[in-house]
Amino acid sequence: MSSKREQKLGREKLQRIIEMCMAIEAHSVDPFLLDVDDIIKVVKEYFPHWEQPEDLNLDSEAIHHLASVIKLQSEWVKHRSTSLYTDPFLLEEKITQAGKEEMIGLFLKAWHPVVELEQISIHSLAEAIRYWETLLPLKERWKELAEPEVEIGTATREELIRQRILGDKVFSEELENYWQELKEKVKAKGHDGKILYWDFVGAETYEETVQRAFLASFLITYGYATLEIRPLEEEIFIKPFETPIAKIGTQQSISIPIAVTYENWQKWKKGELD
Amino acid sequence: MLFYRRHQKPGVKGWELHKALGADYPKVLDILDDYLKSLDLQVKTVFEEEKTPEKPTLDELDKARFYVTLRGDLQPKEAKMIGWRIDDLAGLAITIACIISKKGQAPRKEVEELLNEKLPGWKVGLNIDRYIRYGYLLQDDNAQLYLDWRTRAEVDQKALIDLLLSAETQKTDTAGLPSNPFG
Repeated sequence: MSSKREQKLGREKLQRIIEMCMAIEAHSVDPFLLDVDDIIKVVKEYFPHWEQPEDLNLDSEAIHHLASVIKLQSEWVKHRSTSLYTDPFLLEEKITQAGKEEMIGLFLKAWHPVVELEQISIHSLAEAIRYWETLLPLKERWKELAEPEVEIGTATREELIRQRILGDKVFSEELENYWQELKEKVKAKGHDGKILYWDFVGAETYEETVQRAFLASFLITYGYATLEIRPLEEEIFIKPFETPIAKIGTQQSISIPIAVTYENWQKWKKGELD
Repeated sequence: MLFYRRHQKPGVKGWELHKALGADYPKVLDILDDYLKSLDLQVKTVFEEEKTPEKPTLDELDKARFYVTLRGDLQPKEAKMIGWRIDDLAGLAITIACIISKKGQAPRKEVEELLNEKLPGWKVGLNIDRYIRYGYLLQDDNAQLYLDWRTRAEVDQKALIDLLLSAETQKTDTAGLPSNPFG
């Protein structure tokens, strides 16, 4: 009974430690408010009581967050030792004491605004005129398409699969298999945990290549893999993650267009595309 | 390439210059910088990492961004001429100094409180939004403010802090107190 009470108390303490560490990680609390030695003592004290996987998980989570706090403390010490460190209170005091004019005078000595041009050049005007001359009128570009009359009917799942409207596997399962394939290919043919994008998506037929590129885009969007772009060498690598990373909603995503054209596919087949 | 704006940002990435001018582009930039001296302009390099490497490698330069900035400093009258109201510029100076002193990150609320001491409340929020729009500041989902690309390109952060602190010393000295604030 007493052991159960101990366990309950221990769980509560670990939970509080995790919450405190998370507040520090979110920069809402000073990292030095946490006495690391005391926390380690608490974690050590309750460790022999843990038998269930959930409790061991909680214990490891507490240690993981504690390590993050120690890292933040070390960064803080490093920053204090740099020439840019200034006591925030001292600076705040100065800012509140300084008059607007004095502040401006100081700032202008350290401010070197970027110089930029916002004007059109003869070259770009000539380019624009050339473009205008070759541009077809709207009525020619947006010709009305004659809508073919189609009778209403029913389609079976097999027909939809044949027409590639539906996949023959559950999509998530297909994605998981594709991710495994990527990992295996990287092990076999890649280097530094990555492989050239075209070496992965390229297939015997163009249709299959497009299908693979389509799936690859989902691997990246859903955090199974990432792209590494070397603009100078014009190379794009795809790199699988060991475990999927939840990116959606946690950070701003950017779109990277990659042209999977028939010409590029042919070049890749001939080994002319890196 | 250095003067024109691309994707809302002026300046050019090192790898773009590498592609256009070849691997010797840092030498070309040195020559250009020398030439720009007579116009009181300079080529400013902003590295990807916050710290400026002593001897940057070609790889680090390729990842850096290059701008043309004013070499000397402006007078208050000139600042007005380029479209800045004195209040807005003072607010920017205070905001940047505050963020630097807090390790490059400060809660927006704290900055607003600081600005509220000298600027009307309705203006504080608008001004911060404007600094964000111009690229001086960046705000994350937790309403934390950081220094953005324009501050890194335009403001000599160390000089700003040194100037602020030395101004503090002068003021304390004139009040007949020791120059060391902790002394």
